[in-house]
Parts: sequence; C-alpha cells; structure tokens
Amino acid sequence: MLCIKNGIVVDGVSPKPYKADILVDGDKIVEIDYGLSTSADTVIDATGKYVLPGLVDAHCHLREPGFEYKEDIGSGTRSAVAGGFTSIACMPNTKPVVDNGALVRFIKMRAREEEAAKVYPIAAVTKGLNGEELTEMWELKEAGAVALSDDGRPIMNSRIMRLALQYAKGLHMLIISHCEDLELAGDGVMNEGYMSTVLGFKGISRAAEEVMVARDIILAETLDAPIHIAHVSTRGSVELIRQAKRRGVKVTCETAPHYFSATDEWVDGYDANTKVNPPLRTGDDVEAIKEGLRDGTIDIIATDHAPHHRDEKEVEYSLAASGISGFETAFSLAYTHLVEAGVISLPQLVEKMSKRPAEILNIEGGKLEVGKTADIIVVDLARVFTVDVSQFYSKGKNSPFHGHTLKGKVVHTIVDGRVIMENERITV
Amino acid sequence: MALKNKDLLGLRGLSKDEIEEILDTAELMKYILEQDHKRTPHLQGRSIVTLFYENSTRTRLSFELASKYMSASMANVSASSSSVAKGESLIDTGKTIESMGADVIVIRHPVSGAPHLLAKHVKASVINAGDGINEHPTQALLDMFTIRQKKGTLCKLKVAIIGDILHSRVARSNIWGLTTMGAEVRVAGPATLIPPDIEGMGVKVFYNADNAIKGADVVMGLRLQKERQQKGLLPSIREYTSLFGINRERMLLARKDALIMHPGPINRGVEISSDIADGEQSSINEQVTNGVAVRMALLYLLTRRNKDAMH
Repeated sequence: MLCIKNGIVVDGVSPKPYKADILVDGDKIVEIDYGLSTSADTVIDATGKYVLPGLVDAHCHLREPGFEYKEDIGSGTRSAVAGGFTSIACMPNTKPVVDNGALVRFIKMRAREEEAAKVYPIAAVTKGLNGEELTEMWELKEAGAVALSDDGRPIMNSRIMRLALQYAKGLHMLIISHCEDLELAGDGVMNEGYMSTVLGFKGISRAAEEVMVARDIILAETLDAPIHIAHVSTRGSVELIRQAKRRGVKVTCETAPHYFSATDEWVDGYDANTKVNPPLRTGDDVEAIKEGLRDGTIDIIATDHAPHHRDEKEVEYSLAASGISGFETAFSLAYTHLVEAGVISLPQLVEKMSKRPAEILNIEGGKLEVGKTADIIVVDLARVFTVDVSQFYSKGKNSPFHGHTLKGKVVHTIVDGRVIMENERITV
Repeated sequence: MALKNKDLLGLRGLSKDEIEEILDTAELMKYILEQDHKRTPHLQGRSIVTLFYENSTRTRLSFELASKYMSASMANVSASSSSVAKGESLIDTGKTIESMGADVIVIRHPVSGAPHLLAKHVKASVINAGDGINEHPTQALLDMFTIRQKKGTLCKLKVAIIGDILHSRVARSNIWGLTTMGAEVRVAGPATLIPPDIEGMGVKVFYNADNAIKGADVVMGLRLQKERQQKGLLPSIREYTSLFGINRERMLLARKDALIMHPGPINRGVEISSDIADGEQSSINEQVTNGVAVRMALLYLLTRRNKDAMH
C-alpha cells in the first residue's frame, strides 16, 4: 500500500483542485479522500505540492532499435519518468523502421524489461517510411500499435495519404501526420523571415507546413476519417485547424513546448540545439499557438522528444540533426509559459498533457479515480530551477533551454503503483 | 582603441569606431603596398592559416600575400566540399590547426555560421572569409575602403546593390557595414532573389534597377550564379540582364561621378556589361588591391589584440 498524503489533487475530471490523500493498492487507486488514516507501508508527503495524473506523451522518439547511441528504451523511458510521463507513444522512424508487427512487439517487450514509463508504439503508415506502399495496418494494430505515422517524413503523395486515411479508418486507427511540403521547405534550415535574412540562412516558410495541414484536413474531411496533426508551429496552421473543427472535421492536433517557449530569434549565435523541424517560428506564431491552446483548437501538448548525440549537434548548423531532447523540460516549460503566464489553468494543463493525449491514443491514463491504474505524479509548483542538461536522464543533451530558469518541477512519479521517481531521483 | 572581439565573424554588430579603425589602418597598409619593397615586420613570428572549404582565387591569394608582406608564417589548408559532410569535424580540424601554433585561422565555408562555431572552440582569432549566404566581411570592408578613398566619406552616400541579394554574403556584409557608417543602402533584384523582410536591416528595396540606380553615388553589381535559373528562381538569364544588368544606359541615371563596383568574378554581359566593367568609373581592379590592404590591417589588428591581451 502506498499513500500520497496532503497534496492538492488535480484529478483530470473535477474542474477544481482539491486537497486529498490518495491510497494505492497494487497498481490501482483504491481511495481518494481527505484525511485518510492508513497503515500504508509507503507514504509520500505531498504537503504544499500538487498531485496530478501521470503525463501522457503522444509523440516522442526513443531511437531503439538502430540509434542507441542517441537514446535507447532504457534511457528514454527513465527520461520520460523524470519529466513526469508515465505513458509515452514513440514514433517508428528507427532503424529498421517500425513497419511490421515483430518490431512493435519488440519495443513493447523492451519497455516492459526496463520497468520505467509505459511505452505505446506508433507504427509506420508506409513501408520503410517511403511514402509509397501502405503497411499491414491490421497486423500492426494486433501487435499493439496505438496509431500510425510516418513522422519525420511527410507523405508527399496525396493519393497515398488519402488511401492511408481510408484504409486506417476501416480499422479504427488514427493517422498522425507530419505536415511538411518538402519542395517548399527546400534546403531551408530555420524559419523563413527576418531572422533567416539576418543570419544568412535559407528559410523554411510557414507555407511548407500550412499547405500540408490544409491538404490533410481536406482529405480527412472528404473521407470523414480522423486525423491528428503533429507538432503545429504556425499561426496559419492553428487557424486552418480552428476552421476545420468548426465544420466538424475529425481533426485533432498537438504542439510541442518549444513552439510556445522559444522563437527563431534563438537561432542567433548559430547554436544547433535550436535546430528543430518544424523550425522555431516568430513571436507572432508563439502568440497564435498560445491562443490555440487557450481556445481548445490545439488539443494536446506533446514533447516531440528527439534526442541526438553531441557529435550531431556540435557541427555546422546546416549539417546538424534536427530535434530537441524534450521530456525533462516539457512540464516545466508548459507550467512556466502557459499556467504561470495566465494562458491556461492547471486543470487545463493536465487535460492537455495527460487526459486528452490518453483519449486521442485510446489508452489508459489521464485521470485520478478510484479503480483506475495508479499513474500519478507529484509536482512542486513553487520550485524555481535552472535547466542543466548534464542532469538529464536522457542520453540526448540537446536542449536550447539549457541555462534557462523555469518554474514548477515534477518531484515524484508513480507508474502502475510503483514509485519510479522519488525526490527527483529515478529508482529503477 | 582596438577591436572588441578576438574574431572577425561579420560586420553585423561591429561598431562604427571599429570599422573606422580598420579602414584607417588599411590606409597605412596601402601605403606599404605602394612601395617597391613590400615588406614589414608587423606579423613577424605570427602564424596565419587559411582553411578553405570552398574554391577561391582572389580572397585566398589576398590573405596569403597580406600575411607574407607582413612577414608572417602562413599556410593554406584546402578541404574539398565533400569533406564537410564526412570525415573530420570542423571543430577537430580547427583544434588541429591551432595545436600547430596558428594565431589566426581564416575560414571560408559553405555553411552559414560555420566560422562562429569554429571561433567558439579555438583560442586563435578566426576571420570569416565567407560563410554560406551569410557574410563576407573582409570583402565589404575593402568595398567600404574603396568607396571612402574615392568619395572621402561613407556617410549619407547612396549605394545601390543590384542582383541576387538572397544568395549574396557580399551584399549582407555591405548592408551591415554601410548602414552602420550612415550610408543609404538600396537593394534591387528580381523578387525571388530578395530575402524576406530585408527592409528590417535598414535598406530600401527596389524591384526595378532603374529606380535603385537613380541618383546613386555607388552602384555595386553581384555575381549571378547560372544555377539560379535551373532552380526556377529566374525565367532566364536574358530577362535578368535586360531588367537588372548594369550597362551604360542605366548608369546615366546614377550621379555623373558614380562609382561602379563588383566583388568578382564577373559574368561579363550578364550582371554587368564589359564597357562599364572596364570603364573609367569602374573600381573593380582597385578593389582587389585594396583587399590586400584591408586584410593586412585586420591581421595586424587581431594579432596585436592577442598580444595586448597577454600583457
């Protein structure tokens, strides 16, 4: 028996936080009430802290198999737990690509061995992510894939994208789309605009993202199929999705913390840790992303955790790998830039980082209720700290937020009733 | 008064005083160049290495002669462009060169920001000899030196830069430097070759060469890469030349004593007509001479700075 005492609970269901103790037996929550007297063998004192459902990430890269030098399922799931994520969905752009049932099972098996965060594989839409031939989606679903995506690569052929949405709809599977027109993106390395002009870089226009968002919305709308748009980064994308939702299109979307916490001005200095795809946009886009989060156009916040090796970042900007190691800063960035800044409330943050991602992926989690699986985090919202990448559990130290001061930190993480992180230390 | 930073990475962020210091020093160096005996001991005992990841004739030769006229030890390292993507990393190469005693590393690289990365990882002074489409500060300094010698000042002069602004590191460095010095900079080119929001850098944008050249004190042409047409940025070189080629007729719109400049190498008959390039108003050859003087000045100022810092 485990008891989390005296915390303020945001349960993902009630609109208001309340003070309560939570009693866990085995992997289930058995009681939530104020002033529980228990003889639990483990007691976590959450006085002055908040107790939330474990965070759920709908978009990350664990790099195993094939790129274990960047990250593996062991380091990645520990990093996730350190960031408060109890369930994570990983993208299939590994080597080999997760485009068959055997690899889906392999990833799930490896995650179980590590006993940290729970891993839900996302499988490829097309074989080898080549954008040409559909994967065996039924087999992938049977093996345990929770969604399909060619993330990292767009499906440029509109006919293939349409067929994928159609086929997946028949199997009740969700397609997550990486929206990028490769021809428009060209050899750009950062957002196209004043900063790309100042720094002397080829730019990636917002249109490279938006034309594909528009295409995918039209395809999903005409098929009445669900679609989830990954890593929304521009004002135009937010507006396209807002209009589509008004029309009743089954579109959901995510943004990542760096799209509301950083701008293309950060590229000044040529630090490749600011290189990410889609690129960091302008302050105006950041405002639009915040507004989209506030009014519900943007359903969820996903990390797009993309760990890379130091050697892939300490190179010329154009040659550097794209991506940000995101698990261990996601909650703090969201709390600092959204809740502290008055954009959304703490319960809304829980909705966007826990409840809604679980609903979109159709997996357990996102709520603290009696009888539910005990995926719980305790956060210290008063805690002010400086991001130090050398302290990351992730192998990927690639974060543009290194040295930045943030507020709000995850201190305990409980997965399936087991305390995997205690006082900011991973125990497994 | 000396240069603030150990490196010269670009003219962005360089102060008016610093630019003036460089140009004033270059005046002295030009005097040395005009002597029969072109040798000074300013860089005796100093070691200069050029590290070029792109082909270059004039810039590299200019740095080499500048070093030798000032008695430095100097060596050239050529890295083929293909070795950028594979093989030794830029940081490792830079540290290797530094370990052999280089005081100054002059780098040219196809990726914007590469000199900045190198500068962060070596104690040697780094001079940017052209990075991607970002900056080519020594070219802009020699351009400004040339203008100043001819016109006496840079302040309030109208300078028209015509051509492929988007891909031009020469244009970017000149824009930063000239606007800092108080010149009025105009840029003109086909809309597909004008970078977004460049007005923010303090220039006036024209999509018509005639309007840009009207009343200009200086008209600067830029090299047009033929591949721009292949990439679809231009319908044809012919149309480019008829709209933006610098020729005698267009130059009638400029001030009578307007200076004609080009960083070279020239595509004769494309961005500039031969009669204009070789004509009286052209300072194209003098720019090359001044390039040596400006590079001598920079090498001297940067190495002197190192010495000052040691004491």
